[in-house]
Amino acid sequence: MLLCDFLRHELHAFAVHVGCEHGVCGACTILIEGRAVRSCTQYAAQADGADIVTAEGLAPPGTLNEVQRAFMKHHALQCGFCTPGILCSVAHFLRQTPEPDERRVREMLSGHICRCTGYTSIVTAILEAAAMMRKGS
Amino acid sequence: MPDGIETISKRWIGAAVGRKEDEALLTGQARFIDDLYPIPGLCFAAILRSPHAHVRIRRIDVERAHQLPGVRQVITGKDVLELIGPLPSVVKAPLPYYPIAIDKARYVGEPIAVVVADTRYNAEDACELIDTEYEVLPPVTDLRSATERDAPVIHEAVGSNVISRRSFSYGNPEGAFAAADRVFEFSYSLPRYASTPIETFGVIAQFERAPDRYTVWSNFQGPFVVQPLMANALRVPGHRLRLITPPSSGGSFGIKQAVLSYIVLLAAVSRKAGVPIKWIEDRAEHLTAASASSDRLGTVAAAFTKDGELTGLRFRNTANMGAYVRPPEPASLYRMHAASNGCYRVKNISIDNELVVTNSTPVGLNRGYGGPQFYFALERIMEIAARGLDIDPAELRRRNFVPTGAFPYKAPAGAVFDAGDYEAALSELLRIAGYEELKERRAAARRAGRAFGIGLAAGVEPSGSNMAYVSLEQTPQERRRADRKSGANASAVVAVDPSGQVTVRLCSCPNGQGHATVAAQIVADTLGLHPDDIHVVTEMDTLTSPWSIASGNYSNRFAAIVVEAVAKCAEQVAQKIRLLAAAALDATADEIELHEGYARVRGQSNRGLPFRKAASRAHWDPAGLPDAIGPGLHECAIISPPVLDPPDDEDRIASAVTFGFVIDLAAVEIDRNTGAIRIDKYASVHDVGTQLNPKIVEGQVHGGFAHGLGAALFEELAYDDQGNFLTGTFADYLCPTAVEVPQIEIGHVETPSPANALGAKGMGDGSSMLTPAAITNAVADALGRDDISLPLNLQRVWAFANGHDATTKSRPAISSIRPAGRAVGEMLTGSGKITLFAPVQEVWRRLLDPSELAASIPGCSSLTQDEIDRYSARVTIGIGAIRGTYHAQIELRDKNEGSSLRLLGKAIGPLGFGSGSGLVTLQPETGDRTRLEYSYEAEVGGKLAAVGQRMLGSVMRYLIGQFFRSLERRMRPAARLDWRSWWLRFRRHGSGGEA
Repeated sequence: MLLCDFLRHELHAFAVHVGCEHGVCGACTILIEGRAVRSCTQYAAQADGADIVTAEGLAPPGTLNEVQRAFMKHHALQCGFCTPGILCSVAHFLRQTPEPDERRVREMLSGHICRCTGYTSIVTAILEAAAMMRKGS
Repeated sequence: MPDGIETISKRWIGAAVGRKEDEALLTGQARFIDDLYPIPGLCFAAILRSPHAHVRIRRIDVERAHQLPGVRQVITGKDVLELIGPLPSVVKAPLPYYPIAIDKARYVGEPIAVVVADTRYNAEDACELIDTEYEVLPPVTDLRSATERDAPVIHEAVGSNVISRRSFSYGNPEGAFAAADRVFEFSYSLPRYASTPIETFGVIAQFERAPDRYTVWSNFQGPFVVQPLMANALRVPGHRLRLITPPSSGGSFGIKQAVLSYIVLLAAVSRKAGVPIKWIEDRAEHLTAASASSDRLGTVAAAFTKDGELTGLRFRNTANMGAYVRPPEPASLYRMHAASNGCYRVKNISIDNELVVTNSTPVGLNRGYGGPQFYFALERIMEIAARGLDIDPAELRRRNFVPTGAFPYKAPAGAVFDAGDYEAALSELLRIAGYEELKERRAAARRAGRAFGIGLAAGVEPSGSNMAYVSLEQTPQERRRADRKSGANASAVVAVDPSGQVTVRLCSCPNGQGHATVAAQIVADTLGLHPDDIHVVTEMDTLTSPWSIASGNYSNRFAAIVVEAVAKCAEQVAQKIRLLAAAALDATADEIELHEGYARVRGQSNRGLPFRKAASRAHWDPAGLPDAIGPGLHECAIISPPVLDPPDDEDRIASAVTFGFVIDLAAVEIDRNTGAIRIDKYASVHDVGTQLNPKIVEGQVHGGFAHGLGAALFEELAYDDQGNFLTGTFADYLCPTAVEVPQIEIGHVETPSPANALGAKGMGDGSSMLTPAAITNAVADALGRDDISLPLNLQRVWAFANGHDATTKSRPAISSIRPAGRAVGEMLTGSGKITLFAPVQEVWRRLLDPSELAASIPGCSSLTQDEIDRYSARVTIGIGAIRGTYHAQIELRDKNEGSSLRLLGKAIGPLGFGSGSGLVTLQPETGDRTRLEYSYEAEVGGKLAAVGQRMLGSVMRYLIGQFFRSLERRMRPAARLDWRSWWLRFRRHGSGGEA
């Protein structure tokens, strides 16, 4: 069984969205041991014992993290189907690259397909979230 | 217009309010179709699809599939024929459209059988066990060859692939062209592409008895005009087909209209299988067989005076419907029809339309719906004319715009443009783009030998469709015989519950456009509340929602029509609250204002009561209400915009309620060495009337541009000339990513629409209609040639930039072996050589030994000899995650004992089909060794071609190499595994073979 199917249909982690099942669109991205990983291109058994975070777990229940707040503020999501995967990639990216410039953000984002937004608002949101997180820490 | 609506305070409308939808989406709490398990006992469906473009189905043997554990039913087209009829369209030619192939399959990906199993995995596995036998028929895969006299006919009963022709004339086009100083003409082809929402189609279907009825949950988005068609196809009365949409839908851009086929199919399968079924489309299915924009061939001509006045237009359109006409097609050809003058005041227009079927996926709604095709013709010819007349393209457009004082403007083909100021929008565009400076930079770049170009495109954006426009496909006589159709109903419910809480119910099926947010803004303004206080339900349920045929999300209808229903409904509630408050406060209703959560006597801030308290009386004290106030607070409003009459006998129709305006400018520089396009500047100005929520408007503008950019530069649903589909993954069908979409400049001009109380115009298609034309104009300007076709990928632009012919001719078959120079064919030929540690006679013997062959063929699970030199085998091959079992037939021919033989093979499996031949020659070498040389050529089709074409050549090389290496290993005595063989193996791995 694919990891994405296991997370969705066995654990009911429905934030894991499946958009292509061949590792291109990025909607199914989750964090495994803190690294952003496509959950559609590996089997559930391969993740046995691993620490997994999906978009449900990026912030404590009832709250939004800095990136989620910036996405809301800048209208960085429309249908929201690609969003949970992007949020997971951003979590990994900003930990590694706390001071990104636009080019780096766009390169990171190029692993995700969003058909609604045209990406501009997502880039703005990520850059602002990074700045807020730097200020906060 | 109802009197009270003027009292909307405008406090929330027009503000960039944050979206109600976002929190659930950001935290993974939003629920999409595949997240729903609405009933117990769900089984799961997988669909076996045609690997061929055009076949007659000889036999479908489901026995082995049926025996797989977990499989409930395997259902073919013939099995459901007793339960479903065809889905009708306005085209009267006899080409019935069923959602599953009955006796013929007419495009790659057409459903052949549905497996129902306890898990999706089992259902998919069982698909591989269905044995099919097809008679392969010659396919028709491009528009040019479809209309040729000797073309294979796809629907025998029609007798031709041209299923309909209609001609239209408005004003005096012949006279205009005869009197013209200059006439410009331009022929073009446009590829098919699709907006590919990231969430694919999904359907949950349940059949229940007593009474017989279907309930279907799906991410269908409307138009609900097809609900009666679906019920009819399922042979139940309308109310026995209940359609429900989930709370969230992962994008659509029109595409999810095509879910309707699967609603009918899976409803019937649920009945046949006796269990409720869930089916979620995968990406390969979506790209191959969901829906697409209509590809076109066209010629446009424009008549001008020498001063640049556009006096006549002539369009000839040939539109590809795909293999069938799926309703509401052929609407894509008629959506722009009534506005065929674009944004210009030209009066004389002729239009010749031709609908054609080919062996390709049926087309349907896609962002811009007919707009990109129409504007590619009109806005390219404007640019070509500007150059021919030596008038600046911006100036030529300005001279021909519908003048600012002329609104509402009745266009020659019947559209009524509600409001606009096109000159102001053009001026704003030129300002934000820095047009004069761009022109200077272009001149400087050209002096330096660089290819720099500027292109413009402008157009109106029809929104809120008249449901009758598709009947232009029929003649006035045919329309008179049919029931009258017109208009565009919209409905909304606003209810206040006993605790005073407000809930709004919409029938607009949003897929991410923020309808809930905007509806809450409207209701909050009317009721004097905060948008957060308003709960908005966007799930549609045809048994409980106040829907009608126009319901759904298409044609930018939310801001054009739906908002009017919401505003009117909110006002009905407000009026009742005012009456309730007036009774309690001993005032008249006219004196009551709803503000900041209170119902107060105007001007007396201490004389009021909380909204909730005023409202609750309708529930808690109905017997005590004054006579003028009815009990309860549950209002419904259904509106129909008055302008949308049926088409008249001169084929004129007011096709939409509002006509926004979009004007775009692209400046590009082309690298002649690589064909790369750098977008130097892109600017876009929109008139959407009143911006209800500027943040959402901005998001739609960016998104529409990204879709237009993809269509211009990357996207094509490609077929080869055998009808094989070539772009079945996101690695083959290229969507723009964040590194390809540039920053753009956006401007706005607001001319409020008189069509609704809020002054809003529909929007959302936006630049998706104009960007392909604007970028093509810029590329044509940069390269100084007009024969530019899309998509403008590196290969094509390089050819254009270097004087080569890059027009889109039919694409060489991936399957065919062609002379050198045809890159695709070459991938599937190869050769190699290997040294075997055995004498020639031994090698020969082993090559003819079935058990040896079975052991050496990669993935071979069984091999039986049918007759001398003929074998049948079952072979499992995987390319990445795509694994399939194939039935192979192998034949040995041209045997020259001990010297050479030819191997012929063909295989078919769920992933497609392949065939090939190889020549093997043997030569003795010293030391009892044999030198074996082989060459092969192969062809493939079906899913393999769609998802694996980039890898096929190397996979083929690998598999064939593996066969011979395995043969080598089996012949090599263990003792001979000396340093020399290790070295040979090492070298082989290093060089990767010689193919």
